[in-house]
Amino acid sequence: MTASIATNPTILVVGGGIAGMTAALEAAECGKQVILAEKSPTLGGRTSMLYRYFPKMCHPTCGLEINLKRIRGNPNVRVMTMTEVAAVSGTRGDYTVTLKIKPRYVNENCTACGDCGKAVTTEVPNTFNYGLDKVKAAYLPHAMAYPQRYVIDPSIVGTADGEAAKAACKYGAVDLAMQEQTVELKVGSIVWATGWRPYDANRIQPYGYDRYQNVITSVEFERLCDPRGPTGGKILRPSDGKEAKNIAFIQCAGSRDENHLRHCSRICCMATLKQTMYVREIDPTAKSTVYYIDIRVIDRLEDFYQDVQKDPNVSFVKSKVARIALNEANGNPILHGVNTEGYHRYANEHDLVVLAIGMEPEVAGVKLPDDIILDSSKFIEGSKSAGMFGAGSAASPLDVNRAVQSATAAALRAVQVIHKTASTEAA
Amino acid sequence: MSEANTQALARYKNNFLKEVEERVEDGQWVKMCMQCGVCAGSCPFGPHWEHSPQKIFMMIRAGKREEVLTSDSMWMCTSCYNCIVRCPRKLPITHIMHGLANYANRLGLVPKGQPTRDIAVLFWKNVVKNGRVNEMTFSLAMYFRDGLGQGIKNAMAMKDIGLGLMKAKRLNPMEIFGGHTCKDKSGLQRMIAKAREIEDKRRGLA
Repeated sequence: MTASIATNPTILVVGGGIAGMTAALEAAECGKQVILAEKSPTLGGRTSMLYRYFPKMCHPTCGLEINLKRIRGNPNVRVMTMTEVAAVSGTRGDYTVTLKIKPRYVNENCTACGDCGKAVTTEVPNTFNYGLDKVKAAYLPHAMAYPQRYVIDPSIVGTADGEAAKAACKYGAVDLAMQEQTVELKVGSIVWATGWRPYDANRIQPYGYDRYQNVITSVEFERLCDPRGPTGGKILRPSDGKEAKNIAFIQCAGSRDENHLRHCSRICCMATLKQTMYVREIDPTAKSTVYYIDIRVIDRLEDFYQDVQKDPNVSFVKSKVARIALNEANGNPILHGVNTEGYHRYANEHDLVVLAIGMEPEVAGVKLPDDIILDSSKFIEGSKSAGMFGAGSAASPLDVNRAVQSATAAALRAVQVIHKTASTEAA
Repeated sequence: MSEANTQALARYKNNFLKEVEERVEDGQWVKMCMQCGVCAGSCPFGPHWEHSPQKIFMMIRAGKREEVLTSDSMWMCTSCYNCIVRCPRKLPITHIMHGLANYANRLGLVPKGQPTRDIAVLFWKNVVKNGRVNEMTFSLAMYFRDGLGQGIKNAMAMKDIGLGLMKAKRLNPMEIFGGHTCKDKSGLQRMIAKAREIEDKRRGLA
């Protein structure tokens, strides 16, 4: 006879990006009860902010659509957006979690008709586009947002703009009196799929991200290339809105550097190679130059690299750029360094510089319990009580494909905790 | 060829990396270099020396002993520390450069007339003698290192600065007759000799 030690058969998945959605779905499709908590107003995470994936160059909307369909069709998954985990106590099989739910100021009556957005005049930075443009303070986070429901920015609550949004709604969906809620739950296992964030480029002082407008990060470049992005898919440089014709990509911006991130972020080489393909597609006359220490195309994607190498518009310079200066006359960044193939000193002028920025674990709105074991780069290795797991890029710097694999593995471990029996526990 | 150099060649044969690791200050860091080139690009003296730091490190690993130890590169370092600050592997590049310079000097492989070396040697001899830097004898030794005629020219070119320093009581002309010393000068000299003995033993140079 064996008895389940999990006093509560529910699994909590923290984070609703591609890894969190996958972990929640895999466990739910095994018949487990799953709560998927996401701190932002929508599922999809940073994956939904990509223009395309490597290596197949397909759009994230496709994968998201499949996963959202699975979620909608599965009664075992309960999605909670605008929800953060405030505290975790207890042990494997029997955790008590405190969830904090921020007010959305829009209830389930919302049909996403957009009338509130039209009524509102205040604009806030658009986080979906990494702040490159603005959105109305009553907004739908993005076209694929799930739940497909508007959000009202807290800054207009209690102002005339807030009331205007409320008055514009024909369905009584705007509820400005909504308050923050705290909920306590019992769960058997927790999967932390809290994701990643781009390393703070301002800290890489010699590259002048904080000083030069035409030095941007790879995540910002991704939004520039997206037809639904702030520039409608044109690569317009920030200083003067001119089309960039001569773009530099700097690899290991923050990664593999004891002064910044110790680890190799793994995805940046492939991301840059992918972005050179965007450049070619958007403007066949534009040139890309990749400055690298060594190209690390993960897994079996060497052929992707070879294809890019054949492109006469793309050149490679084996060098970690030492510093960037500014040509004051035209706003062009000038890259200084030494090409280690032949030790040639260069001062190359480009009209746009893209920093292939490293991945670090997301910390904003993430409060990991003390029980969690972290590696030297603060990625999740596991937990002392062995009932909590890291998934996706919270566990390691991973691309979408590998994040999904990691999440499936984490879901299996969580299911095992729920299934674990007293006899195996004794052994 | 100096005896120390013959002995080192016999001991390390073709393994120059090992020689550097064991005998050069912070030499054990050389193998950590990942050849990114950021030190070379960051060096303010960049275009003016033969080999950049990351090139020197590669040459050490490739066993180019003669080229490394006789080059002027490590003598050009001004200790600005820009390379150390930016090195993604945190190699103490400045220290390794000085270590290489010191080792090359020890083996007698520095090209004749290397100005940084000559001045460093003059300074060292000067300070060890009395435990104090004697500015009079040190500057005169520097001026006259290229012969009597050149020495007079140098001294004449610098005379206004020299007179100014004397007026401001920053330079005492009487120091030319030996100058002042520190307390227990021979004690200091014994300490330095002992330190050298320990260091030589540690580096296998004894």
